[in-house]
Amino acid sequence: MSARAEYVLRLADTSLVLAQQLGAWVGHAPAIEEDLGLANVALDLLGQARLFLAYAGELEGRGRTADDLAFLRDPQEYRNLALAEQPNGDFAQTIVRQFLLDAYQQELFAALVSSQDPRLGEIAAKAARETRYHVRYSGGWVVRLGDGTQESHGRAARALIELWPYTAELFDADPLDESMAQARIAPSLAALEPGWRAAVGAVLSEARLECPPPAAFRWYGKRGEHGEALGHLLAEMQYLKRAYPGAEW
Amino acid sequence: MTDVRWPLWEVFIRSRSGLEHKHVGSLHATDARMAVEHARDLYTRREEGVSIWVVRSSDITASDPADADALFEPARDKVYRHPTFYEIPPEVKTL
Repeated sequence: MSARAEYVLRLADTSLVLAQQLGAWVGHAPAIEEDLGLANVALDLLGQARLFLAYAGELEGRGRTADDLAFLRDPQEYRNLALAEQPNGDFAQTIVRQFLLDAYQQELFAALVSSQDPRLGEIAAKAARETRYHVRYSGGWVVRLGDGTQESHGRAARALIELWPYTAELFDADPLDESMAQARIAPSLAALEPGWRAAVGAVLSEARLECPPPAAFRWYGKRGEHGEALGHLLAEMQYLKRAYPGAEW
Repeated sequence: MTDVRWPLWEVFIRSRSGLEHKHVGSLHATDARMAVEHARDLYTRREEGVSIWVVRSSDITASDPADADALFEPARDKVYRHPTFYEIPPEVKTL
């Protein structure tokens, strides 16, 4: 698989895993309105994943479709950020994870619009519009929870402490990120960080939540290093396609 | 699902610029911002609108159905309020 295909898989898998995670809330959210809200974000992310996966398949040139890539790859072949695969936990955990990644995708897609790869630019332009709403939605909830009751504040603070170490990966460029940035196919990750820190910091301070200190801990989901949670998530997501090969809806 | 008692909001959607906002339904939300977001997610999924109004249902004052006789009955025998007594000149085609 070419470097570019591999990079596009990273983009695809983070959106795909998040979509699957949010989809699991449908029927379990605190209110039916939130079922719909989370499902809408999930569907946006799924749409992004399909576009990225289809493109990755074309770049690879072995005839794999978006469905093949989504349903027939094992966890170690997934290239999503480790933050995306952290378990849903309680509502606060889901919302904090979503917000940290929404804010990241907001910076990423805005910059990716001017990629030297026009196809990536087009997908990013569509995704950037959706992501602006996602940030608004999850950011609103972070403030509501953080600046809410003692209970909701405590849950949001716990989620933030638990998830924060996984944010280091977002801006930690590896050789693939660097080669994409050099070819101006992707933005430099370091250039995205200040915007993300500002956006996240503003919401956290409005939510009366403290930004945890940076962690030494690193986990590189984008290189295929995954925890146990991704295995369970993919088992559920891929079951039907694998149990009934060629099944049609 | 836990038992949440979020306030009820009424939702009004303007389907196109230039048209008026129309009542489309109601939803639960803790605050105005959340109500607008829920309205967007619930009522504009299929491009139904370009603008959203939300208002707390408790802020709406409604007429009492028991007063219907007093409020609406008196209009019934005042047919002259309908503009049906004008003769329209044949030259006017688009009225």
